[in-house]
Amino acid sequence: MTTLTEVPETAAARETPARRRRRVDRLPYLLLLPALVIIGVLLLWPLGQVVAMSFYRLNSVRQLRGDREWPWVGLGNYADILSDPFFLTVLRNTVLFAAANVLLTMILGTLVGLLLNRLGRKMATFVASCVMLAWATPALTGTIVWKWIFDDTSGLVTWLFNALPDGLSSSLFGRSDWTGYGWFNSPLLFFAILTLVVVWHSFPFIAVSVLAGLKSVPSELHEAARVDGASPWRVFWKITFPLLRPVFGILIVLSTIWDFKVFTQQFVLAGGTQDRPTFMLAIYSYAEAFSPPPKYGLGAAIAVILTLILLVVTGFYVRMVLRQEDES
Amino acid sequence: MKKVALNAAGLLVALFAAFPVYWMISTSLKPSDEIFSATPQPVPTHPTLAHYREILTGNLIPGVSFFDFFLNSALVAVSTVVLSGLVALLAATAVARFRFRLRTSFLIMLLVVQMIPLEALVIPLFLMIQRLGLYNTLPSLILTYLGFSLPFAVWMLRGFVAAVPKELEEAAAIDGASRAQTFRRILFPLVAPGLVATSIFSFITAWNELIFALTFINDQGSYTLPVAMTFFFGRDDTNWGPVMAASTLFTLPVIIFFLLVQRRMVSGLVAGAVKG
Repeated sequence: MTTLTEVPETAAARETPARRRRRVDRLPYLLLLPALVIIGVLLLWPLGQVVAMSFYRLNSVRQLRGDREWPWVGLGNYADILSDPFFLTVLRNTVLFAAANVLLTMILGTLVGLLLNRLGRKMATFVASCVMLAWATPALTGTIVWKWIFDDTSGLVTWLFNALPDGLSSSLFGRSDWTGYGWFNSPLLFFAILTLVVVWHSFPFIAVSVLAGLKSVPSELHEAARVDGASPWRVFWKITFPLLRPVFGILIVLSTIWDFKVFTQQFVLAGGTQDRPTFMLAIYSYAEAFSPPPKYGLGAAIAVILTLILLVVTGFYVRMVLRQEDES
Repeated sequence: MKKVALNAAGLLVALFAAFPVYWMISTSLKPSDEIFSATPQPVPTHPTLAHYREILTGNLIPGVSFFDFFLNSALVAVSTVVLSGLVALLAATAVARFRFRLRTSFLIMLLVVQMIPLEALVIPLFLMIQRLGLYNTLPSLILTYLGFSLPFAVWMLRGFVAAVPKELEEAAAIDGASRAQTFRRILFPLVAPGLVATSIFSFITAWNELIFALTFINDQGSYTLPVAMTFFFGRDDTNWGPVMAASTLFTLPVIIFFLLVQRRMVSGLVAGAVKG
């Protein structure tokens, strides 16, 4: 009969053009059907649904099950959120956190990528394997370990600070006994530790991608520049960066998307959804919807706001990927 | 001199990246008095499996042990892998082997849906699960993770299918094989390694997921491992020995699988950006 790919000449000769076209046309759609249904029902429909839900006042599970009616409030939920000064805190937390994390992850990841490119073979393999470990560790357990490292009685960091000479510790931080110090109590310190955890999880991807990019750049270019006496700083900005610009573009966009919706690390580090001063959009939406009393409509509206922000970033990403698919 | 500095920097990076993993395993093997001693021990001086024995044999709630949570997680992850692999293979074949009108639109959609913030879908999917009567059941999670893992699985498998030379299929067709036979005997065996790699990603997605499992499962006996860990070990006055033992058991399969396939991940995510 026919192949999966194209109708070979011999088979084609036996079929009328009309039959042949019909045959070739239908199969790919049949193969796509299950995937389309699943993506449609489990991703696209809920995406529409979250927008719809944001226009209703939904404060009980029985409304969700359909036992009670849904009162329409139009843009009421959005008005509530935007008029609440707390929303500004959340938005500021989210944007500043994402900006700091993207910046730090990109810098550290790029430096490590450049380093891996310069190291000897054995050393590079060793360092890359260690970096992989951080990448592979699930967000959940990675965060639990960092929480243990910052434990207020037997944690490593508490011990380190206790080990500082008392005089130095007092003059720098105003205390010498760190046992029982709540590392997660002040929002600023909480965000610093969360940043440490998130950067630790995400710099390996940047490092490996930058390394892959560097391997594709002809090394003669770098050597020539170095022979001409260019400093490493200049070599990076004049040669490496322009050549890897598309890679950097995609990495920045992906990092931005990921850092805007950090959830697991924050949830585990904060021990749930009670720590309101450190809320960011993702956890704010979740807490409004699922912490009693449930406010599903309000949570949905926050989720829509988060999605809209990410939509803009995604637009950049898709444009970049498509442009590169065209070029290659 | 310069080489020494570079190597030192390399060691520093390696230490930063690997230390938490080392510390997790090391803590899990220490007796409690070593864990809570005033001066931390860099290596366990009296290594013990007591914490592993404790979590594996003891019951966290009456009748439910750590092992049950492990099974719940494994059941969800494996079901997700099988379903997502099957559906993705069909779709990848369509995209890699045929030219049809909606092909480009489908590819763009695949890219776009991967960018949907899943965190924003908790509420509407909670609604759907409630309506379907799946609340509190493991299938609610299988269904959810199937949706989450599918776009990336298709995107990745597409490359593997395209890499199989068309001529092989054409030759089989000339020898009189039907389409189904060609698919089963030629394409499938050749794509199998790619299918394994893709499956591992779906597995990790399902295995690691926390938010949805936290929301859709209320009955403690049906908790998946991540939920059980936040529930039983995330409380105050944490007993770090068993927590680190449980974390190690949860993490090891992921690390092993991950290292098997990490190359694909980079090329999949920065698709087309890096020309080899």
